[in-house]
Amino acid sequence: MTANPVALTVFLVLFFATAGLGYYATRMKTVNLTDLGQWGLGGRSFGTLIAWFLLGGDIYTAYTFVAVPALMFGAGATGFFAVPYTILVYPLLFVAFPKLWSVAHKKGYVTAADFVKGRFGSKTLALAVAATGIVATIPYIALQLMGMQIVFAGMGLNITVNLPVIGAFHDIPLLVAFVVLAIYTYTSGLHGTAIISVAKGILVYVAVIAAVIVIPIELGGYDKIFAAIPSPMLLLGHGTADNLGPSISYTSLAVGSLLALFLYPHSITGVFSSSSRSVIKRNAFLLPSYTFALALIAILGFMAYAAGVKGMPEYAQGFQIFGNNFAIPALFLHAFSPWFAGVAFAAIGIGALVPAAIMAISCGNLFTRNIFKEYIAPDCSPATESRVAKIMSLATKIAALFFVVALQSSYAIQLQLLGGIWICQTLPSVILALYTPRQLHPAGLFLGWLAGMVAGTWMAASLSLKSSIYPIHLFGYTIPCYAALSALVLNIVVAYVVSFIANAMSTAPRMDETLAEDYI
Amino acid sequence: MNKKKGAAAKGGVSMSKGKEMDEQPRRRGFHPIYLFLVLPFVALLWVPFYNRIEPEIFGIPFFYWYQTLWTFLGTACTIPVYFYEEKKRK
Repeated sequence: MTANPVALTVFLVLFFATAGLGYYATRMKTVNLTDLGQWGLGGRSFGTLIAWFLLGGDIYTAYTFVAVPALMFGAGATGFFAVPYTILVYPLLFVAFPKLWSVAHKKGYVTAADFVKGRFGSKTLALAVAATGIVATIPYIALQLMGMQIVFAGMGLNITVNLPVIGAFHDIPLLVAFVVLAIYTYTSGLHGTAIISVAKGILVYVAVIAAVIVIPIELGGYDKIFAAIPSPMLLLGHGTADNLGPSISYTSLAVGSLLALFLYPHSITGVFSSSSRSVIKRNAFLLPSYTFALALIAILGFMAYAAGVKGMPEYAQGFQIFGNNFAIPALFLHAFSPWFAGVAFAAIGIGALVPAAIMAISCGNLFTRNIFKEYIAPDCSPATESRVAKIMSLATKIAALFFVVALQSSYAIQLQLLGGIWICQTLPSVILALYTPRQLHPAGLFLGWLAGMVAGTWMAASLSLKSSIYPIHLFGYTIPCYAALSALVLNIVVAYVVSFIANAMSTAPRMDETLAEDYI
Repeated sequence: MNKKKGAAAKGGVSMSKGKEMDEQPRRRGFHPIYLFLVLPFVALLWVPFYNRIEPEIFGIPFFYWYQTLWTFLGTACTIPVYFYEEKKRK
């Protein structure tokens, strides 16, 4: 690919200016970053507006902005499931998460696993929840780095050096971006990320609004765009008499994904950093504005299809390396003037910094609180706690970088697919525990989690990790269901049945350190 | 036409929920206003209802504009519940 100097210059200026802002932000304030509550949760200080930018920048990741339109571009209507999913997640956020925030605030919990340990007094269950979170998050960080890689390729940034042992090394730009990410995360924590998320929000909205106005004008209007899409891609297929068909896959994908979204450690970290319950509730009706942007971005996949970027020789190499994920960069290069393509690429590049940082911070928090402090150094000082979290967040980023640079990118995508299935299995321990603690027993929750993990992994593996829609045969019907959801159903059944038996047999007192009034 | 159909379906669900609530002894903290939070699920989880091209707006098929419209309607459903809870706290 040929280099695009104008786009590249605009991108670099925006990227380094924003990262620098994040780095210097905490130097202007008097924040004690040797405290985990400050570095890893922003001192639980973010008001409605900052929380809106932070949560929006956190859960609408750069990879989402690349992969959702790519799915529309390649498969059509099914890719639009991201829209109902990110609408329906907010009633859940509104109802359940203020309770979780309250108890975390009162008891000083930093992670979801902290809450699980407090609620059930079980170190093992807390470890299961923490480990699931870390393992599910690392490939997700890798995908953010991949989003950057795609953007760099779009700008024709090819720097290859010949290293003595490794040979030709292509990922110098990614390595630079990684160092920027690592430095500002390490030094500024969630405070710095909050500043960067404001820049991300502004850039995303500017790029999206320009795209949905400018590109349709170039392509002759929305009717021309949709007319260019072959009809099997335009709607979901219909089921047959004994197969419930793509409609049920669509619904199950939406429901499974919405249940998983706020269980991801980076979402929990974002929610816990809010300054009050009302901030979370207000964001439950303010954040759908990001879903609106996502819906428009999804349609960009159809615009790329209508523009015919796949057949253009100048983008052939990009599609060859990144597959349909190259559709959006190709569309931007094709439809925008170079300087604005640079702005749009910066929206993705900076868009990757925010979730990647919060994911790494939340992995650091989980490791420190639920593994290091629990099993290795119970009496460590707050300063040690904070330092360990910083080092661990760096380690998770290095692991993610390893995925992208050393392994095939398909591994990261497959692991992320598994990660969604896995994180969903923590729902009974984290969310149902808010409502029915007496009907749940840690042994039941653990076995339910185990059953869900095994069943979900097995279903995904039997599909060769290419899809997560596993056809379940029930009463003569075939139900193509998202594996995360069917595994979760099994998990919940096992959890309640085993808990019922365990509660009936055991006379040991409950180990719940929380009180009903902690949740209000 | 389609809107009416949707409204009827929603009404059906909320009514049956309401009945259940009346038969049981009143649970503390439940108020019918929370049924607003159920509406988006009714509107978006029954896919065959909106898996269609017509009616189009500016050439955009129903499937796409209907779901996109719900980003705003979802917000509109949450706001009354928010104000109810804020009022209750005072």
